Amino acid sequence: MRNPRTTRFGVARGSNALRALASSLLFLMTTGATAAPETRSWDAITAAARGQTVYWNAWAGDERTNAFIAWVGDEVKKRHGVTVQQVNLKDTAEAVTRVVSEKTAGRDRDGSVDLIWINGPNFWALKDKGLLHGPFTQAMPNYRLVDVTNKRSNVVDFTVPVDGLESPWRLAQVVYVYDSARHRPEGLPRSINALLEWSRANPGRLTHPTVRNFLGATFLKQALYELAPTPDVLQSPATEATFAATTAPLWAWYDKLRPTLWGAGKEFPESGPAQRQLLNDGEIDMLIAFNPSEAATAIANKLLPPTARVFGMANGTIGNTSFVAIPYNAAHKEGAMVVANFLLDPVAQARQQDPTVLGNATVLDLAKLSEAERALFAPRAGVVGLPRPGELGRVLLEPHASWMTRITAEWEKRYSR
Amino acid sequence: MTNGADVRALRLVDVSIGLPGRVLIDALSVDVEPGRIVTVMGPSGSGKSALLSWIGGFLGAPFEARGELFLGARRLDGVPAHARRVGILFQDDLLFPHLSVAGNLLFGLPRAIAGRRERSAAVERALDEAGLAGFGARDPATLSGGQRARVALLRTLLAQPQALLLDEPFGKLDAALRADFRRFVFEFARRAGLPTVLVTHDAADAEATEGPVIALS
Amino acid sequence: MRLAPPLTITLFLVPVAAGLIGTALPAFGVLPAIGGRAFSLEAWRALFAQPGVLTSIRLSVQIGLLATVLSLAIALSFCALMAERAALRRLSAWISPMLATPHVAVAVGFAFLVAPSGWLVRLVSPELTGWDRPPAGLVTVRDGAGLAMVAGLLLKEVPYLALMTLAALNQVPHRALRMSTAALGYRAATGWFKVVLPLVYSQLRLPIFAVLAFSVSTVEVGLILAPGNPPPLAVLAARWFADYDLQRYFAAAAAALLQLLVVVALLASWLAAERIAARLGTAWCERGVRIGWTEGLARIGAASGAVTFAAGVAAIALMLLWSFADAWRFPAALPEQLGLANWRAQGPRVLGVVADTASLALCTALVALLLSIACLESESRRDHPPTRHAMWLAYAPLLVPQIAFLYGFQVVLVQLGIDGRWLAVAWSHFVFVLPYVFLSLADPWHALDVRYPRSAAALGVTPWQALWRVRVPMLARPLGVAFAIGFAVSVGQYLPTLFAGAGRIATLTTEAVTLSSGGDRRVLGVYTFLQAALPLVVYLAALIAPALWFRHRKGMA
Repeated sequence: MRNPRTTRFGVARGSNALRALASSLLFLMTTGATAAPETRSWDAITAAARGQTVYWNAWAGDERTNAFIAWVGDEVKKRHGVTVQQVNLKDTAEAVTRVVSEKTAGRDRDGSVDLIWINGPNFWALKDKGLLHGPFTQAMPNYRLVDVTNKRSNVVDFTVPVDGLESPWRLAQVVYVYDSARHRPEGLPRSINALLEWSRANPGRLTHPTVRNFLGATFLKQALYELAPTPDVLQSPATEATFAATTAPLWAWYDKLRPTLWGAGKEFPESGPAQRQLLNDGEIDMLIAFNPSEAATAIANKLLPPTARVFGMANGTIGNTSFVAIPYNAAHKEGAMVVANFLLDPVAQARQQDPTVLGNATVLDLAKLSEAERALFAPRAGVVGLPRPGELGRVLLEPHASWMTRITAEWEKRYSR
Repeated sequence: MTNGADVRALRLVDVSIGLPGRVLIDALSVDVEPGRIVTVMGPSGSGKSALLSWIGGFLGAPFEARGELFLGARRLDGVPAHARRVGILFQDDLLFPHLSVAGNLLFGLPRAIAGRRERSAAVERALDEAGLAGFGARDPATLSGGQRARVALLRTLLAQPQALLLDEPFGKLDAALRADFRRFVFEFARRAGLPTVLVTHDAADAEATEGPVIALS
Repeated sequence: MRLAPPLTITLFLVPVAAGLIGTALPAFGVLPAIGGRAFSLEAWRALFAQPGVLTSIRLSVQIGLLATVLSLAIALSFCALMAERAALRRLSAWISPMLATPHVAVAVGFAFLVAPSGWLVRLVSPELTGWDRPPAGLVTVRDGAGLAMVAGLLLKEVPYLALMTLAALNQVPHRALRMSTAALGYRAATGWFKVVLPLVYSQLRLPIFAVLAFSVSTVEVGLILAPGNPPPLAVLAARWFADYDLQRYFAAAAAALLQLLVVVALLASWLAAERIAARLGTAWCERGVRIGWTEGLARIGAASGAVTFAAGVAAIALMLLWSFADAWRFPAALPEQLGLANWRAQGPRVLGVVADTASLALCTALVALLLSIACLESESRRDHPPTRHAMWLAYAPLLVPQIAFLYGFQVVLVQLGIDGRWLAVAWSHFVFVLPYVFLSLADPWHALDVRYPRSAAALGVTPWQALWRVRVPMLARPLGVAFAIGFAVSVGQYLPTLFAGAGRIATLTTEAVTLSSGGDRRVLGVYTFLQAALPLVVYLAALIAPALWFRHRKGMA
């Protein structure tokens, strides 16, 4: 009955299973980072890339993402003569395993994997073993457009520094969706404590998915950021001591919040879509989502009322970035870098932001773009529900994965009847 | 009574039939000569239907039976029912409802008569003889009780049995039809030289057979 | 032919037995594939350490008992009063089609019917209630007491028990008995319950047990209508089986085994309760009271039966409406916009799923039918009267909770190397299809006058020919119905498809369950409607085909 899945944003689930895998392979591995920074000029790289076929290993569970990858392939073919071949994965860990096996077999060149859509623990697994090509992002001209100040998740991947070994391409950021027909923007809560007040004033109109679901856990993680006495501790693994002290305010807040939730906090929707159904039916007025274009996409598909809008917290919300990385033994490193660079092109970033295409947030800093380029990001006519540029606030970094596991267990212990 | 006639006699030798703890028929021996009709009579539960079933090859649990059965020189007990060449007529006509009248009759016609035309012709002839000319294509459910009884008899006889068992076959017919049909059946049996066993509780049937009567208690 | 019964028993009981062992072993720590080698009680410790597990158990038992008792009471009341009320008689003609509809389809539609933002509320809003949005604080679906799930289960269990009761009534002179009690001064339902029920109850026992086992341990209906925090025990076990952390399998197996023990305990308690009820019932009969609560309660029960039926039909109709809806927002009682967009969008994908579902159902029903014919014929040839043991044997897969043995069976399939393939799923379905087909066919088979095959034998045709040229054509309609029932059972299977198919084979039911927690009722409507329509079409064909084929044969009507 196991169907290994990744979340929509490429985070491989089952980090425990992956750690087991990684540690069991440890004894097969020769350690030693093979740092080989990319020093060639961009012209040399594009010249070498012409005619190559890049095998891009990507999770294939979403039709629209697959369509986008196909579009990228067409564009890159036109501009640079590089062909993209998507290799369908059910789980990013499959590609990781492939690279590791090739290393074990001594295949240090002409590897079968050229480019991997990756982040989080999978990235850490490859970086730790020195199985990545790079640092290479400094060689890409479009990399200078990336926002590394307000979107810190572009340089720190689930507490692991990127160090130029992977290139960002799409961003997920927590937003709250509400029905603007029932609530005015001025009355919206902009902090976690304000959220509690809002829920008290509107009992039964707020909920979150069950904390076993990634989105539900994120609801609590987001609250933890604002309520924790020292948020920086979230970047390190949780220990018995730090966990109790750090989460105490969270549980105090949640104990007050819970009776005001939908269904008196006894029952929770099983997933994001189930939660969205409640908003569509009018049973709740506000929900948490991991995609800034959630409202726009849903409105276009008639899954939410046309008055749905998004907003963020004043101090920023959690976000994580999806990257592409190049294995150390890739056969077509140059082509891979060309693809990675194109993903950062404003044309590509604007296209993926379109809710009818992918509806992801951009990793670029719009301030660094020219007027013409910035215009690409203006919403197309007829698209409602997108956040205005800059409306969402900073991107807060994802806490260390151990916090989520402990929060989930603690929540179940406290709140299962 | 030539030797040829004896070859086709039905002989029961030392037949005992019973239920666990109860004996119904004890060491019965009967010879039924070809063309003769032997009647078995008795109150209900006396085992007469069981006896017929045994002869036909249908007797099963919970009955227990012992004895030998011969049809001419062939030993029949132990032979499966469909190989015995013993025809049986029940109280209900039991015409197969999913087949036409002709279909029912063709059903029992031996394989030896081959070819569609020959077989259809044989069926037509039989229907003519029985006064049911042209009834071949009819649905059995549209026939009257008397007509169905006649078709049932035809079906049994067309299979060219070597012996005949009658399990109160006249019971469902009204008085007028009963005498006619009874004469019909007995005529056929005598003409074809079939050893016949009749089970009935009607004394008039027994008399009409002009044959031996076995009374079970 | 002689091999048929042992072959059949092997095919459908071995998976159950092997599956139970394969689930019991990990429950005690033995699962070499993920490192469990030594016997240990660790899994049980983990199971009982799970927060809310006692509530899960209580919830399962509560839902199971309530659903069974209520559905029995309603079904019996319905049958008791049927002789009196022409309306009920007309309704009873629709029981069988209702049975052909998979449980998931009905549950999904029911969830929309009774939700706070669902159709019933929309009917009266905003005119009567003044609500322009669903009221906060109203909880219907996934309520903490499991009442929504009980109601959802009733929708199918009432028709099932009613049908079993009617079948049992045919073997008992119930009309004569009713007339006697009426002559003695008892009213319709009172007389029926005091005199007729004791006669038919023994034949109802196994169907009641099947209902009880299902209500306590169903996963698919639980996913749709039961609370999730915490869920009933079987849903909890299913969650753990699907967990990425493989170490969870031990606790999952323990939960599954516990589910089995709960079912066994409940069945035993029911048997004990029967004794007490019998004694109380006799005293009640002997008191001779003519006027009491019974009649009124029975009327309520029969009316409830009509309501459940209406709810079931409404559930499917609403999902059909959703499949054509473009936008349908609270408080509109009908969709604001209708269109074919959903059907067009889902078209290619859904065709593939329908093909998979139909192929599985067709093959398993056909094989089950052939094997049932073979078993019954073999029984007839040896002149064995049908034994009660055969009945219990046939019911075995229906009494053992699916979650308790499907995991173990999957292990067997993996060993055989067919895990994840169509054949494995077909076998899994077969285990459940066969009992229903066999039981549906057994009574009509034995009711066929044995003298027909005997006449055929006397006419000189071999037993094989007698079977195919006499028995089978004469049983055309019961065979068709048995096939249709087997087809419907296969279409409605959830856990077997999931386990044996390793998630790779999608049927209408698995897709409907997955979509039921999603946000798009329009897509759900498409799948649910197809899920309901497919078995219904086959059922109608099974009724019409023999009638057409034998239209010139009045004797076959």
